[in-house]
Amino acid sequence: MSEPLIFTQSRSGRSAAGQYPHEAAARVPEKLRRKKPAALPEVSELQAVRHFTRLSQLNFSIDTHFYPLGSCTMKYNPRACNQFAMLPEFLGRHPLAPDAVSQGFLECMFELQEMLKEVTGMKGVSLTPMAGAQGEFAGVAMIRAYHRARGDLERNEIIVPDAAHGTNPATATMCGCVVIEIPSLSNGDIDVDALKQSLGPKTAGIMLTNPSTLGVFERRIQEVAKLVHEAGGLLYYDGANLNAILGKVRPGDMGFDVIHMNLHKTFSTPHGGGGPGSGAVGVGQRLLPFMPIPVVARQENGYRWLDERDVPQTIGRLSAFMGNAGVLLRAYIYMLMLGRPGMQRVAEYAALNANYLLARLRAAGFDAAYPQRRASHEFIITVKRQAKELGVNAMDFAKRLLDFGFHAPTTYFPLLVPECLLIEPTETEAKQDLDGFVEAMIAIQREAEQEPQKLKGAPHTLPVRRLDDVRAAKQLDLAYVEAV
Amino acid sequence: MPFIPHTEDDVREMLAAIGAPNIDALFEEIPAALRTRELTGIPDALTEMEVGRLMRSRARKDGTPINFIGAGAYEHHIPAAVWAIVTRGEFYSAYTPYQAEASQGTLQLLYEYQTMMTRLTGMQVSNASLYDGASALAEAALMSVRAHRRSKSARILVPASVNPTYLSVARAITEGQNVKFDVLPYASSSGTFDPGSLSAFEGQDITAVVIQHPNFFGLFEDVDAITDWAHANGSLVIAVVNPLSLAILKPPGEWGSKGVDIVVGEGQPLGVPLSSGGPYFGFMTARMEHVRQMPGRIIGRTVDLDGKPGFTLTLQAREQHIRRSKATSNICTNQGLLVTAATIYMSLLGSKGLERVAAASQTQTDKLIAALTRIDGVKLAFTGPRFHEAVLRLNKPVKPVLAALAERGIVGGYDLSNHYPELGHALLVCATEMRTDGEIEEYANALREVTSDG
Repeated sequence: MSEPLIFTQSRSGRSAAGQYPHEAAARVPEKLRRKKPAALPEVSELQAVRHFTRLSQLNFSIDTHFYPLGSCTMKYNPRACNQFAMLPEFLGRHPLAPDAVSQGFLECMFELQEMLKEVTGMKGVSLTPMAGAQGEFAGVAMIRAYHRARGDLERNEIIVPDAAHGTNPATATMCGCVVIEIPSLSNGDIDVDALKQSLGPKTAGIMLTNPSTLGVFERRIQEVAKLVHEAGGLLYYDGANLNAILGKVRPGDMGFDVIHMNLHKTFSTPHGGGGPGSGAVGVGQRLLPFMPIPVVARQENGYRWLDERDVPQTIGRLSAFMGNAGVLLRAYIYMLMLGRPGMQRVAEYAALNANYLLARLRAAGFDAAYPQRRASHEFIITVKRQAKELGVNAMDFAKRLLDFGFHAPTTYFPLLVPECLLIEPTETEAKQDLDGFVEAMIAIQREAEQEPQKLKGAPHTLPVRRLDDVRAAKQLDLAYVEAV
Repeated sequence: MPFIPHTEDDVREMLAAIGAPNIDALFEEIPAALRTRELTGIPDALTEMEVGRLMRSRARKDGTPINFIGAGAYEHHIPAAVWAIVTRGEFYSAYTPYQAEASQGTLQLLYEYQTMMTRLTGMQVSNASLYDGASALAEAALMSVRAHRRSKSARILVPASVNPTYLSVARAITEGQNVKFDVLPYASSSGTFDPGSLSAFEGQDITAVVIQHPNFFGLFEDVDAITDWAHANGSLVIAVVNPLSLAILKPPGEWGSKGVDIVVGEGQPLGVPLSSGGPYFGFMTARMEHVRQMPGRIIGRTVDLDGKPGFTLTLQAREQHIRRSKATSNICTNQGLLVTAATIYMSLLGSKGLERVAAASQTQTDKLIAALTRIDGVKLAFTGPRFHEAVLRLNKPVKPVLAALAERGIVGGYDLSNHYPELGHALLVCATEMRTDGEIEEYANALREVTSDG
């Protein structure tokens, strides 16, 4: 199965003319005028519809496949969230429309802020960051602004565990901080002694994911919080794994001063083939004055946006308007449909699915990276043993899973565990789908023992076989050029 | 239980397999003192029917006023096919194409998108998108600092006719990396930037010069002279453009004698609804020599084991999941779904259709200006050639005028008095191909009423 590039289907003079507005002549001074039209496709409407529909069919997605991509929380995206966020009034609202004709939208945003405060235990929420990484940026920028406002100018070190997502150290660098990496213990917890040694008068803060990317809860979090606070630093919570603890324990109660939430994970907004995300941030008392703007406030005469004049110490604006509004509406609708009990069930059934899948895979002979620990909403299997004994690695398992109709787990992350598969089933998968995944893993293990070439050559049934990534990076072909 | 498929039997069997007495036991590693009791601030669950009723009532509150604001987000017709395909589950509910073999649809689409953007902007390489136009300018500024090996200043010149919010965002995002933005005034008579005023910076170490064209006031800048000055001075050039305007305007790749170095902008006009400001997408294209300094995902075409063409994420050594603290940016997720919309939109419209949309928008804006400036006390601030936006000067403060217009179902424009107090009671207005002659007349009648009373 494959689909030719749309450019090769193009024929000069063809068009989807029904989409054109009536003829009008552009008036542009000669020297600023475009001389040669951009070579965009010339296709009929049906050709375009068929082409992009066919392309869609080359994808795995949540709607079509179990997608246990660890750390990405690929849960069902309810269709209602999309439909109601796309009501014509919401789609047509200009971001700079006066508050008087925006009260319905603003009320939704205000209530979303309030609900996010409640589930995270924070004191304030700003919805503007457009993705998790931007939420991280906002968080670290606020920590910097806090220290600076106190005249504490030397604090520029951000402590990051070695298991952290790559965005954490990248964010700290973007904020002008120095990254201090600390190791994890063999049981998955932070090395508190190493933490103690890295704390000091230059400590700005620490970035933590809890449960960590190792799929286990950081049990000494209260002690960590106390140590960091005593050293004058603040604690940043990376919300990548919030799905694991939603309704069970709140970052604010653990002692975190600032968090970001990936609404496209925990609150089920679509991942869209790589975005849009939404990385709303929550803050404790100390960081309230520094929140990114705009933020919605409720006042006597209705809802309105707070801006620079209301939040003079803000770290500023992160988007041209107010962030990914349509994503925020979807998260809001999802939260309303879950309600109070539903919100607490998310973590419960995410943990049940993860621990069940872990138990079954272990029973089938697979090695857990942290066998002595409970799984959170995800867990790590390592195929180090298979790699040594059979010559098949984590990538081979991942690619062969695709042939069985399962999206692969996250591979080779976290970097600490060799030959790892990070598996996150989410709460929306039924038991029989998890069982199907286990059966596939058992079958692949058998193949690894009997005919390892099947794994090495996988996938065999997808639109393409394994791609030459080295060639992709060396012989750069990043845009199509027509053969002359 | 909404969205949770477990039966009681399932739960029992699963707990037995785990060896746990109940679900609560799965959380035993969380210290007891930290456990949440109840989320009292969360309301009871609504059914889909109930939430639909609620959302429709909220939407009705906002209504569908006639919109005459642009200021970075533009209301264009979006063919029905665009979002019908975008919201197919295979696009909507997929993720970043880490497993290339299972994501060829998204990957090929992104490659087609990259191709279209390079052609539209006249550049050699495009990434797979950034968050929005404003943050794209921030990323371009950081990229110019990395790409310009000789410049040590991290100093960037920005005319005040650049979208002021873009500048705020660029400052907020680059602040930690000591990028300095020098804001240069626009000519008060023309509303455009005078390239002659650059001579004050001759010989200085300037990393890059930013040109927004059309500028925030909708006016055309002297892009050739600014580009050539910057290159002669050893500076890079960052163009900020509306992609739709490039259907009729010379692409940045042809500005001056050798074209600009980096192009960024807001992709929203290409098939993305206004939707209160997002999600949109930022685009970025550049010269091939700078590709390794680009932020964000980039898709490449390669071959598989059988030699068959296929698509994959490439140059990942630039990115945070590989380089960590030394990455070109912390960006991870981008705006894939919006790029999907833009790619379908550009395919349906083609360059001819985009040209028609651009020309019709310009024509309707001309009609709007003609109708509004016939009103006493309403004047056109700048008369130079423009695209589809213009600055009007009113004889009274803008904010109450806009409020009164809103009561009449008209969103009348963007109040410039906060960002540009020197312009007086200034209002930025826009009409796209969506505004009919009748709506323009309705606006003119309402504005006449509003500006004449009192």
